[in-house]
Amino acid sequence: MASRNIICRGILSKKSGFGIRSMSSWWGHVEPALKDPILGVTEAFLADPSPNKVNVGVGAYRDDNGKPVVLQCVREAERRIVGKQNMEYLPMGGNVKMVEETLKLAYGENSSLLKEKRIAAVQALSGTGACRLFADFQKRFKPDSEIYIPVPTWSNHHNIWRDAQVPQKTFHYYLPKTKGLDFESLMVDIENAPNGSFFLLHACAHNPTGVDPTEEQWREISHQLKVKGHFPFFDMAYQGFASGDPERDAKAIRIFLEDGHSIGCAQSYAKNMGLYGQRIGCLSVVCQDEKEAVAVKSQLQQIARPMYSNPPVHGAQIVPTILGDPDLKNLWLQEVKGMADRIIGMRTALKENLEKLGSSLSWQHITDQIGMFCYSGLTPEQVDRLTNEFHIYMTRNGRISMAGVTTGNVGYLANAIHEVTKSGSK
Amino acid sequence: MRPQITYSSPTDRRLTALVRHLADDPFSASLQMDSQNTISPSPTAAFNGDSVFANVVQAPEDPILGVTVAYNKDPSPVKLNLGVGAYRTEEGKPLVLNVVSRAEQMLVNDQSRVKEYLPITGLADFNKLSAKLIFGADSPAIQDNRVATVQCLSGTGSLRVGAEFLARHYHQRTIYIPLPTWGNHPKVLTIAGLSVKYYRYYDPATRGLNFQGLLEDLGSAPSGAIVLLHACAHNPTGVDPTLEQWDQIKQLMRSKGLLPFFDSAYQGFASGSLDADAQPVRLFVADGGECLAAQSYAKNMGLYGERVGALSFVCRTADVASRVESQLKLVIRPMYSNPPLHGASIVATILKDRDMFHEWTIELKAMADRIISMRQQLFDALQSRGTPGDWSHIIKQIGMFTFTGLNTEQVVFMTKEYHIYMTSDGRISMAGLNSKKVPHLADAIHEAVTRIV
Repeated sequence: MASRNIICRGILSKKSGFGIRSMSSWWGHVEPALKDPILGVTEAFLADPSPNKVNVGVGAYRDDNGKPVVLQCVREAERRIVGKQNMEYLPMGGNVKMVEETLKLAYGENSSLLKEKRIAAVQALSGTGACRLFADFQKRFKPDSEIYIPVPTWSNHHNIWRDAQVPQKTFHYYLPKTKGLDFESLMVDIENAPNGSFFLLHACAHNPTGVDPTEEQWREISHQLKVKGHFPFFDMAYQGFASGDPERDAKAIRIFLEDGHSIGCAQSYAKNMGLYGQRIGCLSVVCQDEKEAVAVKSQLQQIARPMYSNPPVHGAQIVPTILGDPDLKNLWLQEVKGMADRIIGMRTALKENLEKLGSSLSWQHITDQIGMFCYSGLTPEQVDRLTNEFHIYMTRNGRISMAGVTTGNVGYLANAIHEVTKSGSK
Repeated sequence: MRPQITYSSPTDRRLTALVRHLADDPFSASLQMDSQNTISPSPTAAFNGDSVFANVVQAPEDPILGVTVAYNKDPSPVKLNLGVGAYRTEEGKPLVLNVVSRAEQMLVNDQSRVKEYLPITGLADFNKLSAKLIFGADSPAIQDNRVATVQCLSGTGSLRVGAEFLARHYHQRTIYIPLPTWGNHPKVLTIAGLSVKYYRYYDPATRGLNFQGLLEDLGSAPSGAIVLLHACAHNPTGVDPTLEQWDQIKQLMRSKGLLPFFDSAYQGFASGSLDADAQPVRLFVADGGECLAAQSYAKNMGLYGERVGALSFVCRTADVASRVESQLKLVIRPMYSNPPLHGASIVATILKDRDMFHEWTIELKAMADRIISMRQQLFDALQSRGTPGDWSHIIKQIGMFTFTGLNTEQVVFMTKEYHIYMTSDGRISMAGLNSKKVPHLADAIHEAVTRIV
């Protein structure tokens, strides 16, 4: 060992000018990448020294003091887990109990699909990871297919399917005029898409608009998709966060299942269990029978293996610890409702504040929309003014994360919005 | 293929469907199988009613992880798992390092800690500390801010992100990997868009390094090609170049402008010394050149399932490093947005605390020493049985694995008759061995090589 050290010191101190390529870099041509439109907002916010700054950018829940929250049920679950487990590799498909509990949430506890083992499901890296696994799977097994994506959608959806090399098309979703759903155009787009197209749907609390179809509209959408033989892929990132009731928020999915669709579904615990940075989610694909589900699952694992081998163990254990314990599960349901209720309260407060300020515009959409986000209708220029003049940070599409609104800042926010939108102001 | 659904006309179809929707119990209506016009609850499909994924065949078991699957199914009380490279204690149990338990407990008890998203590039402290760990705290590359480090999902994730970046931004798509190498390497690199070629590495005759072959193959690689190098404790062979040989490799690579991509999955695990195991990497950084390094904390901190790793680019200038980092984000965001928080927090906690760091080095050395002891015991056991052949490679090879030289038939025999599980290339994980099991393994090897040639 000693001699090895002496030799290596000798080698390291030698000026090895021989053989180095020219002093240029391999990466001199690499352009600086544009900042992510969502995550870049928080970076800018953090860099702002103003004491008045408000972050209504990224969709992470804040309590009424503007502080991040770790749910009590999560703290308790962690307390139970820590020190009791080893850190061995999970199987490629992840924590089996976590997946089971997660499927019950989406498909219903008594779903016949679960009993018949028709669902291929793997633990995934939150919602992003679940979508990406599906996109890669779609590319591999339906290489000629395209994905229809609503306009607008979470910006990262475009990145995911692009990197999976699945061509993208769009379908009408948001109607700026009403700040609601463009139902007619949506139905036309479903009809016009070639049979067997893949459609990306937000199960509840559409991101970024907060505009969800009504139950009746979902039934019609489901029917039309069935008629056309389209494949419905649900991204469900906010189950529980929309209405406060996870069962209710899964209604769209249940309608589709009743209609006999074999769906795909991405689920995330980032928001509804506050597990953001733990990266905990699930991808499921409904198959025609158990045999097919086994095959599909094995192929999903083949996609995970050269990406990260197997998913993280810690956060995954939190999920079944909570959902498998009736008391902890009840606590969770209460806490989810509490978060959803606070957001609903902030929507009301923001709208009322704007009305009190005498704004001549309609702000009805603030309370009509649902979930974490409000699609305010603000233009990029107005958003820039909010940031530059008032130190209010949001994405330039005018999306406000209501989770970042508090009783402490709602007045300030309303005032700023009023300032940039009142007639005569650009 | 017979369609499940037939229609007399589109109008009939729509009317029937509408009736179904207006019925009190849409679910029971949809189960009616009477007329030809009912839409049956077939899986979402084109009109012929097939599943969109009916063509999906079952994938074969992963050859490495599949070994453990088979092991778990075996009811024999004498079974031995020498498959996947996860450390086991003398008692055959998985190990959570004491210092890791302490760090974890501290984190969980800290009520001020939250679970917010990490930045796309991961935990900043973790990144800085990881770079220091592999490149050395006094590395000029770090002093000059020329190193871009991003947190990734263990070694696999680091390799994948690095390879994706190379496929997008590097002028050469060819990567040379050693023969043999970890089974997942070609899959990761190929799916990222690189074209895999092999350089000779292992010499079955000597069960050591085929250094001539290595130099020849890298010597005939196209200028600028990428070269994957195992920083230490080569997986699966356990055969490492000497430092003199590393220096020659470096000179050859620099003269041809070959880009080094280090896979460091066993720093500290090979010799027991973190610095010694990092020498090859530091050698390359010392001459001012550029390279990539993928690090994993799966083995050396026992954080396997937490998926903790880091990818570093050593660049010529700080400006280049900054641009590289920005582009790495574009690879990561559509894959999983940002990396998992828990494991990286544990690592940062340990690396930044002098006492905990020291404690870690002691526990790490103990793991390495136990493995070295297992090597010696197995070698001695084979010697005492007079097992034919030269088994000195068992003590010459380094790290978690021994490339026994057993052929597939012999491996199958050992599994069938002795319930010993290993990968079919004859690689055994020394970490899975303990003193009590050494005789059983030695008996199995002895019988395998004498019965099957």
